Amino acid sequence: MSKVSNAQAELREMDELSARTSPIHRLHPLTKLLVTLAYLFTVVSYPKYSFSALFVMVLYPVLTFQLSGIPVRLCFHKLRVMLALVCAVGIFNPFFDRTPMLVVGGLTVTGGVISMATLVLKGVFALMASFLLIAATPIDRLCAALRQLHVPGILVTLLLLTYRYVSLMLRQVSIMTDAYALRAPGQKGVHISAWGSFLGQLLLRSIDRGSELYQSMELRGFCGEFHYADGAGYGAGDLAYTLCWTALFLAARLVNLPRLLGNLFV
Amino acid sequence: MLRVERVSFSYEKGRPVLEDLRFQIAPGERVGLIGANGAGKSTLMKLFLGLLPCQEGEIYARGVLVSRENLARVRRTLGFVLQDSDNQMFMPTVYEDMMFAPLNYGLGREEAERCVDAVLERLGLTELKHRYNHKISQGEKRMAAIATILAMEPEILLMDEPTTALDPYNRRKVIQTIGGLPQTILIASHDLDMILDTCGRVILLSQGRIAADGPAEVILRDRELLEKNRMELPLCLSRTGG
Repeated sequence: MSKVSNAQAELREMDELSARTSPIHRLHPLTKLLVTLAYLFTVVSYPKYSFSALFVMVLYPVLTFQLSGIPVRLCFHKLRVMLALVCAVGIFNPFFDRTPMLVVGGLTVTGGVISMATLVLKGVFALMASFLLIAATPIDRLCAALRQLHVPGILVTLLLLTYRYVSLMLRQVSIMTDAYALRAPGQKGVHISAWGSFLGQLLLRSIDRGSELYQSMELRGFCGEFHYADGAGYGAGDLAYTLCWTALFLAARLVNLPRLLGNLFV
Repeated sequence: MLRVERVSFSYEKGRPVLEDLRFQIAPGERVGLIGANGAGKSTLMKLFLGLLPCQEGEIYARGVLVSRENLARVRRTLGFVLQDSDNQMFMPTVYEDMMFAPLNYGLGREEAERCVDAVLERLGLTELKHRYNHKISQGEKRMAAIATILAMEPEILLMDEPTTALDPYNRRKVIQTIGGLPQTILIASHDLDMILDTCGRVILLSQGRIAADGPAEVILRDRELLEKNRMELPLCLSRTGG
């Protein structure tokens, strides 16, 4: 399977993943969105040397993975590129920040190393939480939740249509690369001399397809606002779930639990 | 039901795609719109739907003039089945796609779902309801595309090449479905066998003009007329010698 076909298959896989039924999938999308936002804000707000304190935040993704039945392996596989980028973010910290922070087995650990590790952990946690939100919530439900939070309709519609159109564009790319490969035996990928016309054709075809799709929507009464699926209402369980996690995040942020536990034994 | 009065259209000045078209389609009538490539079939369809502005002449759908001001009213009565079902089915599942139009037209979710269920049952497609659009076959997708349009309860159905790229079984299924629909139908197609099966009347377009308008049985048996306009007898008739 080509890289483009793989990307298409991965998109479809996300759709199927979000349509599963699990306690997490059954939660109101607004609940999941609010908890994810609270989680992201909390994770980001940790100071740069709070590596051990931040570690407690692993609890949320671990529990959510368990309850939703979404394989952790799949998350890391899909986010492999992003994870590599996240790991590269703090790579220069050890060179700039050489303040000795602690000594482990005779080895001095500098502030730069700790801040790099904290940054990587923050990135990994944030990616995992975002992945869990998308993998456990169908895109239209997610958009409905965004509208409930009064995110402008145009932005939400843009998000939804981009998600829908991207698969069509990938299909177009797949058709064009296949056609190219059939007439360019032995070549790996598209030769740089053909990039201009290839991209131009892709743009024109995408515009054509996009226009036809939009016309099809217009002819079925679309006036700029989607009627998102309602699903079940926001219930007491949803409220309790949101409040519990928010309280836990707040507690984890205010109290350094690992240090507290460590002090009990030292 | 549909009235076309002195309609002309051109994409480039001095090169008309449609010229002085005049015809009417009565309620319940099934009309096949045939013609060679570039004859103006798709342009005419777009004019009906208000996707292109009428440059000359007028088109009426159920007595309402197709114009920018009346677009919403006109489009409420017209259902258009696209040639490429992939362009029509943009939601993840068949159900969500079918709910799209009824919800846009102000139906409540329950009422819209009742409507969707009724259409699926009528077409024998109930098992497709919760299937993913990308996981159904081309034939199923075409049937589902017709269902999404029927869910908006149009009075007039416009279809662009409804049997293209279908295997014989699915083609037959689409023909049977069209045959059972109560709506006024206008089908643009090169599949003359299908037109013969489903339509009582045929309008033959040639270079933007009406070359013939009459009973399908007469026009589609006229080898000379068809060949003069870059077409051929339907396969079923050519085998039997017309």
